[in-house]
Amino acid sequence: MHIELTVNGSPREADDVWPGESLLYVLRERLGLPGAKNACEQGECGSCTVYLDGTPVCSCLVAAGQAGGREVTTVEGLADGSGEDRDLDPVQRAFVENGAVQCGFCTPGLIVSTHDLLERNPSPSDPEIREALAGNLCRCTGYEKILDAVCSASGARMDTVRSASGARMGTVRSVDTDRTGATGDLR
Amino acid sequence: MSTTTTPATTPRPAAGDRTSATTGRIGDSPLRPDGTLKVTGEFAYSSDLWHEDMCWGVTLRSPHPHARIVAIDTTAALARPGVFAVLTAADVPGVNRTGLEHADQPALAEDVVRYQGEPVALVAADHPETARRAAAEIVVEYAVLPALTDPRRALDPDTPLLHPSHPTGNLVREVPVRRGGPVPDAPVVVSVEFEVGMQDQAFLGPESGLAVPDGEGGVDLYVATQWLHTDQQQVQRVLGIGPDAARLHLAGVGGAFGGREDLSMHVHACLLALRTGKPVKMSYSREESFFGHVHRHPAHLRYEFGADDDGTLRYGKAELTFDGGAYASSTGAVVGNGGTLGLGPYRFPVVELVARGVYTNNPPCGAMRGFGCVQAAFAHEYLMDALAERVGADPVELRARNGMREGDPNITGQTIDSAAPVAELIRRVRDMPLPGERGTDLLGLPGGVGNTTHGEGVRRGIGYSVTYKNIGFSEGFDDYSTARVRLSVTAGEPVASVHTAAAEVGQGLVSVQAQIARTELGVSRVVIEPADTAIGSAGSTSASRQTYVTGGAVRAACELVRARVLERAAGTLGVPAASLRLDGDKVVAAGGEVLAGLADVLGDSPVEETTEWRHRPTVEPDPETGQGDAHVQYAFSAHRAVVDVDVELGLVKVIALDTAQDVGKAINPDAVLGQIQGGSVQGMGLALMEEVLVTDGQVRNPSFTDYLIPTVLDTPPMRIEVLENPDPHAPYGVRGVGEPPTISSGPAVAAAIRAAAGKDLRRVPIRPEHIVS
Ligand code: FES
Ligand code: FES
Repeated sequence: MHIELTVNGSPREADDVWPGESLLYVLRERLGLPGAKNACEQGECGSCTVYLDGTPVCSCLVAAGQAGGREVTTVEGLADGSGEDRDLDPVQRAFVENGAVQCGFCTPGLIVSTHDLLERNPSPSDPEIREALAGNLCRCTGYEKILDAVCSASGARMDTVRSASGARMGTVRSVDTDRTGATGDLR
Repeated sequence: MSTTTTPATTPRPAAGDRTSATTGRIGDSPLRPDGTLKVTGEFAYSSDLWHEDMCWGVTLRSPHPHARIVAIDTTAALARPGVFAVLTAADVPGVNRTGLEHADQPALAEDVVRYQGEPVALVAADHPETARRAAAEIVVEYAVLPALTDPRRALDPDTPLLHPSHPTGNLVREVPVRRGGPVPDAPVVVSVEFEVGMQDQAFLGPESGLAVPDGEGGVDLYVATQWLHTDQQQVQRVLGIGPDAARLHLAGVGGAFGGREDLSMHVHACLLALRTGKPVKMSYSREESFFGHVHRHPAHLRYEFGADDDGTLRYGKAELTFDGGAYASSTGAVVGNGGTLGLGPYRFPVVELVARGVYTNNPPCGAMRGFGCVQAAFAHEYLMDALAERVGADPVELRARNGMREGDPNITGQTIDSAAPVAELIRRVRDMPLPGERGTDLLGLPGGVGNTTHGEGVRRGIGYSVTYKNIGFSEGFDDYSTARVRLSVTAGEPVASVHTAAAEVGQGLVSVQAQIARTELGVSRVVIEPADTAIGSAGSTSASRQTYVTGGAVRAACELVRARVLERAAGTLGVPAASLRLDGDKVVAAGGEVLAGLADVLGDSPVEETTEWRHRPTVEPDPETGQGDAHVQYAFSAHRAVVDVDVELGLVKVIALDTAQDVGKAINPDAVLGQIQGGSVQGMGLALMEEVLVTDGQVRNPSFTDYLIPTVLDTPPMRIEVLENPDPHAPYGVRGVGEPPTISSGPAVAAAIRAAAGKDLRRVPIRPEHIVS
């Protein structure tokens, strides 16, 4: 089977695709994009989350053939530019800066899910964040610092919006008050 | 001593203050050097590897927990187009045995399979699906044998031996601990029989790697692991190749938690690579992962404590039985911990305890975070609550009163020779603010948005726990790490490079190594070289030991390098070396005055030192009495859990999981918090939901659909207090951090559920049916 699709803005194609292959397999093994992860390949962990025509999906559950002719955005497509000078997406930056990354295997999926959440809801409440990320398992962090990162990214996005409209910059943690638990730094 | 609390009042510094490349000394929290790669998808995990001309390996596993292999026919599989090789035990060139403590497990089963999922044959093919289909075409004729699946039957005289050559039959190891003479009478006696289910590490990155043959009979293996050198030795032995003919390289590790201490696909990929002459990639599915690594031992625990009327402990008696499953793995050491640490951080004048691990035909069990202490903690903390209730004492004060203090002997007679703040930790968690009353938001209720309850049957409960754990390898093991540090000049700047074989598994050791080098060498730029077997062993990333032991090795190597550099500078400057320091990329005088640029001193002649570093020796406990200085360091932690339980539906919502832990010295405070948060949630998972269900030796739930780990909806806010009582014997005063929270969180959750439900629950995980029955 031959498939053509758009990945991170570029037309891509793959030959000799076996019909049972998932979009995840094609991205990882045929297109050289291993960013989306393969923690369960059963739709249970969210590590393989990518955008398909703008909607986040578990790419392990999408048959490669179904993705033909459609637009896919992976975690590799979220930052602008490449190499040392690349401009990370605010969500990516927030994950690094808030210690939300340990082993990092859940991270690409969580970043896409968070990116989507903040597109739809720029300043989500704590319950809204938890609900949106309930399909993304993380075994390392206990989620606390992931929640910090989402709050921080949400604040950062609001800052960008505000500064673009000429409003005064808020602080990065201004939307953090919904969080009931420990959010602070240890120092 | 200093104490730090989250939420903190100090705001997090802006990112610009902690760029990863050049800042961050001991006590700072620099950004992870691998963080950017991990958020952009570029970090190469072991399952991401790819090689020109590579093929795929898959494993055929036994469907039976116990069977004789009568015949294997690989003809049809070999005939399938695209298949390069099909291997069985007959194709193993070296010694077909692996194992961490006893080499008792064949890399590929020979005449007998001893657990469901035991590897029997391997296939290499051009596509993973081709390989899977070929594996399904291998015909294995089994003669099914009766399976030993009840660990309590393992030592019965009429039970057949699973490893006839094992000197103690189905007993892997027994550790008795006797202290203080015969068990006295006591006015108050409490006892329990407790059961702990089998927990899975459930790291997210599947077992995977790439083996690349070198064309000369050797192989390079890129793999996710916790201990490259023990893997290397086992691989070479099975392949029958000489030392350093298998070179291991650490690929990106997607979590470990003990589950990567044993071999998984390592030998298999290498066997296929050497047979086919091609690079071979293997990557387990989640289902295969449940069969591809050892689990946490299920345990039966019989405990009895005797006390005075006021609750002061007189004696502790215990019998711990760990189900080791089909192969030994690290069962011996787990039993060692269960025995020597099995009564918790309390003072017992008299002890009579025995811990044993047995062989069965259940899945092999071995290392998981908390290692033997997790199981015991559920029983000793249950009894401390029972005792408090019996004597009418406050459960926190009862623990504080009986808690170990610095200078006390523990149950093996070892003097605790640094801080043992049991009373302080448990009182601290008690004194933390309690969460507010239950709201009306469904998300805050047991069952959540499932809309199962509106709160009618919901009761709140609070539970406490305080526990301790040994840090580092114990019982006389020669526990060391090797580090090479090099100072050189790149683009006019001094750069320190640090090379060890220590496995970064997510915990942040790469940051810690760089922080140590910056602190010791006064440089801004540090490069952490990839971990591999080109340097000596660093020991395992387990037992919460790497910051201590590899941190110690990196510091020692830095000191040697620094001495040579200062010697050189002293010669040029004509001043004594003892009056010089390194700071800010410069050689400075004692008062801070800059005397020379470090880059100028180094010039074209880099300085490099390699050294091994070991912690204080330990001894094997006496085989009759268990007495002896078995451990090098102890780490203490306490938890308080607050839960809401719907007593009609059996649903539980953990409202808060607060903790206090002594970390000695927080080398990287953010990473310390990350370990405590993640570790606490793993312990909570065991109390609430995590169990590998095994019936008649068959695993019933090998998927994330049926084996549940906590999601962000299950996870409560965590208030954390970190104590820093330095251990004078450890580098920088550090105390291992990773495991303690996993030990103390679960018993606190279980106690809180008992309190809320008003039920005497004696097993974990606690399922809804236990609460409502
Ligand atoms: S890999 Fe797709 S949901 Fe887990
Ligand atoms: S950081 Fe390891 S699974 Fe989330």
